Amino acid sequence: MHIDLKRRTRLISLFLLGCLLLNYPLLSLFNVPRLIWGIPLVYAYIFFVWAMLIVLVGFAVRTRSTIGQRTDRLTG
Amino acid sequence: MLTTESIIFVSICYIGILFAVAYYGDKRADAGRSIINNPYVYALSLAVFCTAWTFYGSVGRAVRSGPTFLAIYIGPTLMITLGWSVLRKIMRISRVHHITSIADFIASRYGKSILLGGVVTIIAVLGIVPYISLQLKAISTSFQILNSVPDQLTQNISKVPIFEDTAFYVAFLLAAFAVLFGTRKPEATERHEGLVAAIALESLVKLVAFLAIGIFATFFLFAGFTDLFSQALAQPRLSSLLTFDNAGGGAFIDWSIYCFLSMLAIILLPRQFQVSVVENVDEDHLRKAIWIFPLYMLAINLFVVPVGMAGMLYFGDQIVDPDTFVLRLPMANQQKTLALLVFIGGMSAATGMVIVETIALSTMICNNLVMPLLLHIPTLKMASRSDFSAWLIAIRHASIVLIIMLGYIYFHLTAEFYTLVSIGLVSFTAVAQFAPALLGGLYWKGGTLKGALWSMAVGFTLWGYTMVLPSLSAAGILPDAFIEEGPWGRSWLRPFELMGLQGMDRVSHAVFWSLLANTFTYVIVSLFSRPTVLEHAQANLFVDVFRLSEQTEGALVWRGTARIPDLASLLERFLGKERAEEALGQITRSHAIDSSQTMTADPGFVTHVEKLLAGAIGSASARVMVASVVKEEPLGIEEVMNILDETRQVIIYSRELEKVTAGLQAANEQLKELDRLKDEFIATVSHELRTPLTAIQSIAEILRDYPDASQAEQKNFLEIMINEIQRLSRLINQVLDFQKIASGEMQWRSEAVDLVHLIRDACNATRQLVSDKQMQMTTTLPASVPLISGDRDRLMQAVINLISNAVKFCDPGTGRIHVALSQDRLALNVSVSDNGIGIHPDDQATIFEQFRQITSDTGRGRPQGSGLGLAITKRIIEHHHGRIQVESALGRGATFHITLPRLTSD
Repeated sequence: MHIDLKRRTRLISLFLLGCLLLNYPLLSLFNVPRLIWGIPLVYAYIFFVWAMLIVLVGFAVRTRSTIGQRTDRLTG
Repeated sequence: MLTTESIIFVSICYIGILFAVAYYGDKRADAGRSIINNPYVYALSLAVFCTAWTFYGSVGRAVRSGPTFLAIYIGPTLMITLGWSVLRKIMRISRVHHITSIADFIASRYGKSILLGGVVTIIAVLGIVPYISLQLKAISTSFQILNSVPDQLTQNISKVPIFEDTAFYVAFLLAAFAVLFGTRKPEATERHEGLVAAIALESLVKLVAFLAIGIFATFFLFAGFTDLFSQALAQPRLSSLLTFDNAGGGAFIDWSIYCFLSMLAIILLPRQFQVSVVENVDEDHLRKAIWIFPLYMLAINLFVVPVGMAGMLYFGDQIVDPDTFVLRLPMANQQKTLALLVFIGGMSAATGMVIVETIALSTMICNNLVMPLLLHIPTLKMASRSDFSAWLIAIRHASIVLIIMLGYIYFHLTAEFYTLVSIGLVSFTAVAQFAPALLGGLYWKGGTLKGALWSMAVGFTLWGYTMVLPSLSAAGILPDAFIEEGPWGRSWLRPFELMGLQGMDRVSHAVFWSLLANTFTYVIVSLFSRPTVLEHAQANLFVDVFRLSEQTEGALVWRGTARIPDLASLLERFLGKERAEEALGQITRSHAIDSSQTMTADPGFVTHVEKLLAGAIGSASARVMVASVVKEEPLGIEEVMNILDETRQVIIYSRELEKVTAGLQAANEQLKELDRLKDEFIATVSHELRTPLTAIQSIAEILRDYPDASQAEQKNFLEIMINEIQRLSRLINQVLDFQKIASGEMQWRSEAVDLVHLIRDACNATRQLVSDKQMQMTTTLPASVPLISGDRDRLMQAVINLISNAVKFCDPGTGRIHVALSQDRLALNVSVSDNGIGIHPDDQATIFEQFRQITSDTGRGRPQGSGLGLAITKRIIEHHHGRIQVESALGRGATFHITLPRLTSD
């Protein structure tokens, strides 16, 4: 139960973090036509945050939940 | 550059491979060795989200409006992060209730409403068919481009007659695929494993193809990212595309709204519901899919902008449709294989979407539109037909063909008016209208059927008005003035600027208004409408799905009985003989019923059968069918609650709580009483301490201030002082004694005691006291008594205490105290009797308790002493294994009896 709650909290926080980082106020900060490592800044920022979110989400769901899962279908 | 024949050949080969994979997948599934039972395949199947829109259209979008195209993929990434909460709940509910489509889900939640299921189906079909036609357009166009001669780069794609149109043949093949691998058996809850395998393969192919063209464009046409982008930056019309175009102020609003829209789409699109919920093998696969799927989307979007920029730079001023860059770039560079690979990739993207979407829609049409209609037409006598399963399959097949046909026709009518992306967004917005009803129904028990119906009606109307109607003017059916100035000149009704809201692009504007009105309507109507019993029950089951045990699922809502043979024939009708027998066997086994003995099915059995049927024909129709064979008793809301067991549990708990509360209350009363006694004690003792101290102090001051006092007077004063000091010590000693005795710290001596001597000594000690009060004391003592073992001083203390008590309660002058000692075989008896005021029977029980003093009717004012004397006495006697009792009547004196066991009886 404990793992599940922690996981859910982490995922919800990551969701909110993503919403925050990838929307107007913060996003507009990077809205300048410059290149970083040869890539336009806005795109670099978006892809970077995107990748980070994926990695963090990957970590958040690492362990298998201990709650009984219904792995069988109710075919009746 | 490539011959038509070779293109067709490759296409057919590829589709052949898909068929083969699907076939193999199904075969393995039947053998029980599934090839799709792993999270990676599951995640790849989710990638059916990326269609020709992603493959061709994103580049076009990036080139026309900058970074906003990415919002369509960011949204799902964010949403699927929440997927652990939302998607898992949907999956669990669907599993428990045998839900087969999104229309079924929504209908089931709101009381298994047939009407609602139908409405959802219609909205879905109207919204998705254009999206399907888009995919067919992509196939057709890409084929034509691949087929064209190089110097006809800018040739317009003209409409090709049907029989020369590849798209037509492809559509035909897709229909065949869907029929073969999507509807083999009538029970829709069975997974289509072959289908999922094929879809997963297609996801891989389109990713590989896009990465290939991306790498080619970046590293072969140009010298890498830096080279590509610095060239782009140098050209003003291109550099503006590398950032958000915030000139109109709305770019970020659009971005956010697109994110939000695609967040909803990833759950509400029929094909997404199909692959993520219905086809799911193991709930735990979701865990990996949460990050694999976003990773996929990131990978496939990596090269979108580079390809776009490369195309713009490469083709310069030529007018080339950017949606086609991915094909034209390799073609312009004589890269035949790459072009072919890209073509196959695009076809994967398009065909995957068409297949899954068609299957999902056909299930919805069959279960939620056709079936209910057929059941309602009395002349057909559908309900009594014996072999319904064949009908079911036929209806499904017909729906598939119908949908693809509709898609193709629509493509032919409207293809050139819209870009890939804009039609896609229209579809997204259409399915987004399900959001309040579905998501609200998932978490809010107060959502009602009426709320859902009205919300969807309102949302759909606004969607039509702001998104679809304007296309009619583009087609020339409605005058332009309708758009520009609003209907009948009312500017606030302009489809693209309702209420004058500006600053958003058309899609965002439509999304904003339709969802706002939708949600608002849902909430308001739900709050003001009452759910039926069934709605109420379903709401509880849905919202609380994680809390309800497996047992509760079974024993629900049906309150009637049915005959097993009736149910059996029902199953046979819809599932076919074989499957029905299998299922029936399983049910009777799990309910431990001997079907040869009982002919009646209990409610749990009936519910089980209903669920099975729901898998084949949808929950609304299943309910109708089962109702026709069940003799149902009417349900009241109270009964529903009882079935759910909540009330009973609550009642049990509250009874327990009452008992506990009563116990606590009693304990509280006791504590309060003890507290009161303690306060009394402290008050008394403080008084008793202070009085002598005050006296001593006053006397000492007098002696100090009047050194001339006579010796006699001084002696007098000193006597008083000594008395008071003694009184003080006695009190303090008593308190200390009691504390020691009560806490067991008292040091008891053990010696031989002669009671005769002891009593004599006690009388001597108290003689002064007695004579001071002009009372008389007499004794009756035998010559000798056996010795006992004990603490002499304490025993003396006890006797003295009794005597001084007697003195306290006798009248001066007439008081007579008698102390007697006697013996019998077992014990020695001491008694102290007086002729004082006596002790009330009620008080007799309590006088031995600590702090207790007789306060009533003594006429002697405030009691003196600490109230501990008798308590100490009692404990002393008890320590010697004796007993003390009192015998008294009011007004006739009191006698205290002490019994001390003789030594020999120890």
